[in-house]
Amino acid sequence: MGRKQRRLIIILLSALCLAAAAALVMLAFRDNIVFFFGPSEIKAGKVQPGKRIRVGGLVVEGSVVKVGEKVSFGITDGNESVDIHYVGILPDLFREGQGIVAEGVLNQNLVFTASEVLAKHDENYMPPEVAEALKKSGHWKEGMEQ
Amino acid sequence: MAIAAPCLPWLSAATVICLAYGLYLSLIASPADYQQGETVRIMYVHVPSAWMALFVYTAMAVASLVAVIWRHPLAEIAAQASAPIGAAFTFCALVTGSLWGKPMWGTWWVWDARLTSVLILFFIYIAHMALTSAFDDPARGRRAAAILCLVGFVNVPIIKFSVEWWNTLHQPASVIKMGGPSIHADMLWPLLVMALAFKLLYLCILIVRMKNELTAARIRSLTAARARG
Repeated sequence: MGRKQRRLIIILLSALCLAAAAALVMLAFRDNIVFFFGPSEIKAGKVQPGKRIRVGGLVVEGSVVKVGEKVSFGITDGNESVDIHYVGILPDLFREGQGIVAEGVLNQNLVFTASEVLAKHDENYMPPEVAEALKKSGHWKEGMEQ
Repeated sequence: MAIAAPCLPWLSAATVICLAYGLYLSLIASPADYQQGETVRIMYVHVPSAWMALFVYTAMAVASLVAVIWRHPLAEIAAQASAPIGAAFTFCALVTGSLWGKPMWGTWWVWDARLTSVLILFFIYIAHMALTSAFDDPARGRRAAAILCLVGFVNVPIIKFSVEWWNTLHQPASVIKMGGPSIHADMLWPLLVMALAFKLLYLCILIVRMKNELTAARIRSLTAARARG
């Protein structure tokens, strides 16, 4: 076996070990790397009330109630939904059906009080006319605006 | 290098033309987005920068592999010359992303998996540059940096798939994904032109930097030879 082959084998073996180590670390920290929890995870009791967390989901159609600076709305992931109360300025992209991430605290009744609301935009890019045409022709995909 | 150097003027011209055409397409000719309006134009700089951040690092990792296994001297120099370019592209992606995040998400920065892993990539680039020049003997510095580069490569797939493996604020991939791009052709074309322009720009700067490094190495060896008498 030449020196080059030996070096190649050593590198391949180290790469394998490194990849395995990285995978294990990510597996161990899986819950910490997650940026937000979905409504289903909250309803399933995965989150302790009183802890500062982020929740994410689509704003439920017709659920937004604004009184002055106070806003309350529901977010959903299609299965479960969670009510959110928030006081402050909403991002420009905030609207019904839009994906959002809110940071705050969950109370005992599973109602979420947010101190910050961030909008999440999707991976679809198109001119407004195309979006209009798609909606008109009924080809607007379900969940496209998530 | 004997082939690359004479190409430089042509490559530079192609870069300028491609960049000018790409900027015209992305800033003037392309449509606004249905959801984001005019702000979407940040994408035409942000996305190619981010692609280049990964592309340059991958190129560096390949060069480092060649350098470590086959001890090819040019490969080490290519990796060394690439690091600051890659760092600059990564910085560009982070800054434009931040400027894009404020109007769209409502925040300059969040610690989600995508943003954090790209920040780590930026630090790896910086560490690579520091390690390369941390030794009195440049050859030893390059050897150490090559190992660092190979170890740091584990971050590249993490960045690419971070938006699919975990919940992130950053949206999933639009162009390179299963089922074809989810970006309209009128916006995809300017994006691809810009991406090509950034690649050409990288090649131009890389050739210039490698030429510089080779000249510097020659000067070093000549001065050493003279000092020995």
